[in-house]
Parts: sequence; structure tokens; C-alpha cells
Amino acid sequence: MIRILILWIILLPLDGFSQKRYTAEKAFISFFSEGVLEEIKGTNTKVSSILDLMNGEVAYLLNPKDFQFEKKLMQVHFNEKYMESEKYPRSSFQGKVMGYDPTNMHLQHVKAVGKLTIHGVTKEVDVPGTLHIEGNTVTLRSKFVVKLEDYNIKIPQIVWQNIAQQVEVTVHFLYRPVSN
Amino acid sequence: MMHSEQVKFGTIKLLSQMKKLLLLLLLAPCLVYAQDDLLAELEKETGKETEYTFATFKGTRLANGHSIETKNAGSLEFIFAHRFGAINGGAYEMFGLDEALVRLGLDYGITDWLSVSIGRNSFDKTMDGYFKMKVLRQSSGARNFPFSATALLGGAYKFSPKKNADVSPDFENIDRLSGTIQLLLARKFSPNFSFQIMPTLVHKNAVVQSIEENTQVALGLGGRIKLTKSVAISTEYYYNLSEKENSPYYNPLAFGIDIETGGHVFQLVLTNAVGLTERAFVTETRDDFFDGDIHLGFNVTRTFQLKKNK
Repeated sequence: MIRILILWIILLPLDGFSQKRYTAEKAFISFFSEGVLEEIKGTNTKVSSILDLMNGEVAYLLNPKDFQFEKKLMQVHFNEKYMESEKYPRSSFQGKVMGYDPTNMHLQHVKAVGKLTIHGVTKEVDVPGTLHIEGNTVTLRSKFVVKLEDYNIKIPQIVWQNIAQQVEVTVHFLYRPVSN
Repeated sequence: MMHSEQVKFGTIKLLSQMKKLLLLLLLAPCLVYAQDDLLAELEKETGKETEYTFATFKGTRLANGHSIETKNAGSLEFIFAHRFGAINGGAYEMFGLDEALVRLGLDYGITDWLSVSIGRNSFDKTMDGYFKMKVLRQSSGARNFPFSATALLGGAYKFSPKKNADVSPDFENIDRLSGTIQLLLARKFSPNFSFQIMPTLVHKNAVVQSIEENTQVALGLGGRIKLTKSVAISTEYYYNLSEKENSPYYNPLAFGIDIETGGHVFQLVLTNAVGLTERAFVTETRDDFFDGDIHLGFNVTRTFQLKKNK
């Protein structure tokens, strides 16, 4: 019995270590599309995300409706015609950050591998990014290209404003440890 | 002796099982965390949110009259609307295309829920203005509400005829004025189907008492069905409840096709009404749709974002 308790005490810190959870204090996801007539840019700061530094697991969740545009009409069209936000109210990513050392305090080049869900379509993706551990905060950044057709996002035929077939997505999260 | 040993052995076995159980219990937190699904956790945290319905209709006008939609804060919409002559005018009138009545208008969103509108109609040389306020929003999720409501307050001033004396000796400028109070109630049943009910009150300061009332009440019904993401068909009908028996006027009926391309909305309309103020189309439509007095018309809108969002 004593031995088990000792074992438990030894494992206790490890238990704490295994849940090295971080939640995004600041989150920012934007996308940029360069059309022939106009550029389209949407930004979303209402993204929730969890990162587990122990095993690299990461997930984020957002509502397409929370993307803000310079032109309000674009926001309506984005949700009504392209994202179909009434049918698919959530977009998410779930996967793993790979190729980092949790004790390294320098900027590290990593990649995230996992499932990206947009417009009700889930695809396996593998995107590059950086991870930076500074004190008790972690910054995760990534920039990648999403092809609209991969996610079954169709551009209406009669749109003479030319919308690009792919958008560049920028992800920027600032994490702090979960306080118990 | 044998018996006592057996008991002892049994106790040891029980103890070792307890140890294993304890170990499992103590280590349980490690195991649970390792197997957790982060996304499921995020979803649980996010919980139930209120989803407000948006884009119940494509335009601020359903066909002749208003829809529940208003302009967003800082956006200005230019509306060019016109109605050709009646299609049954024959080849001599080029099936109505030779003549047209026009309304030029501007709608501006002061806030996301309040917009103002001003317009000039060639019909009766009328200037009109509206205040449109979103009162209730259809929503689902944490807060459930079945429909959206917009209140409309409008006024219209006829510049025609040119001189008061042309009407009658006691006709005054104030008699040229009319007002509209309207409640627009709409529900978006699905992304493709929206329905609207419009209880309407039109007051005209001067009327020919023998054929119509000063204050008239009408009930409007309308809806739209989306055919594709950018094309929808719409319909609108107003039933005038205050119509007198010997009234020369008809109820306005309209069918439209809405085509949306970026900042433009084109509405092709087939209707028996030619005026674009409530006074004109709800209470003074002279043509009978079912007699073939159908007019082709367009509402063309262009939205400009004057103030950038954020």
C-alpha cells in the first residue's frame, strides 16, 4: 500500500505534466482572396482553441458567421452563398503539432497535421507553421492555402466579379496555460 | 492450520486486488486526459449560441413594396426602379416598352437596425421618404424566436397637379400628403423559402370620398423561393380591406425574379401596379392583372459601403 502511494506521489507531477493544457487567449484567423475586381478579406477573432503542449494535440472551433468584412454585404454573401452557414454553422481543425521540443524557448518551425472541416467537408491537411514558447505563453502561427473546390464551395456562375478559386488562410493564436 | 492459511492467502489476494484498484483510481486522471478529444471539449465549452437569421430576402424591396430587410450601418443603396406600360398595349406601344414610370431612390443604414430612404417618383411627381426599423429578429439556438419584424413609417408628397386650383378651389398643399404605417413580419422557413405578411395602413389627406376612404387598411402577403444561390423568384400581393364597392382600383399583384451579382440586385417584376409608393400601388392601382394589364418592370440596386465596417 505504501509503495503504491509513493508511486502515486512520484507520478503526480507527471499527471500534471500530461495535462499541459493551453487555451487561446487571443485568436485570429483571417482569409484573403485576390479577385480580379476586388480583394476579399475576412477576419475572425472569436475562435476558441486548445493546445496540449505535452502531446502536441491542438484543436480550434469557429463560426463562419463571425468573420468580419469591410463590406457588410460581403459578409452576408460569404455566409449565404459560399459557406452556407445556416447548414454548416461550424468550421474546425483537429490534429497534432509536430516537430517541436517543449523545452525549447526559441521560435520553432513546426507542422500541423490533422482534419480541417470547412463547409461540412473534412479533409486531411498538413500545414506549415511556427511555434514559440515564451515564459508561460505559446504562440502558434500558420499560413496555408485552401482550395475552394476541395471543400465543395461553389462560386455562382453569374458572378462577373471574379472570385479566386483559392484563399490564403492566416492563423495566429496566443495561448496561456489553463488555470485550474 | 490449513484453514487459517487459506484465510490468510485469501486476504493477501484481496489486498493485492485492492492495490491494483487503488493504482487504477489514482492514475485515472492521467488516462482520462490522454484520451480526451479536444474538439469535443471546445464544442462543449462553446455551448448553445443564439443564431440570428440573416438574408431573409435579397433586397430591401420584395417587388413593389418593402421587405423586412434594411441596409446595414454605413451602406448606401441606390435604387433605380421603373415600370413599363402594359404588355397588352400591343405592338403599337411596343408591348408597353414605349413608356415607363420611374422611381430613383437612396436607402441608407444609420445603424444595422435603422435605415432611411428618400425617393422621387415620376408617377404623380411624388417625393417619398421612409424610416425603417428592425424591431425583432428571428433566431434559433439559445434564444428562439419564430419571425423577424420591421416597422415602416413613410410619407409621400404629390407635386402633381401643378396648381392646387386645378383640383378644386379649397385644395391645399397639405392635401397632397399621404402617409404609410406598415408592419413587416417575415419568417425564413429554410435557406430557400421565406414568407412575409404586411399589415398596412395608408392615409391620404384628400380623396374622392365617393370612391375611397381617407384611411385604408390592407393586408399584404409575399414570399420568395431561391432557385439557385443567386437567383430567386418572389411574389407579393396586397389585399385592400377598405375598398369601397364602386372603387375603380384593383389589388396589386406582382411576380418577380431576383438576380444577385455581388453588390447589385436586379429584380425583374411583372405587376399590374405602376406606382412605387404605398399610396400608389396599394390604393391606386388602376389595372387588372387578370385582364392582362401587366407591366414589366425592373428594380436595379447597387450598394456602396460608405463607412467601412470596423
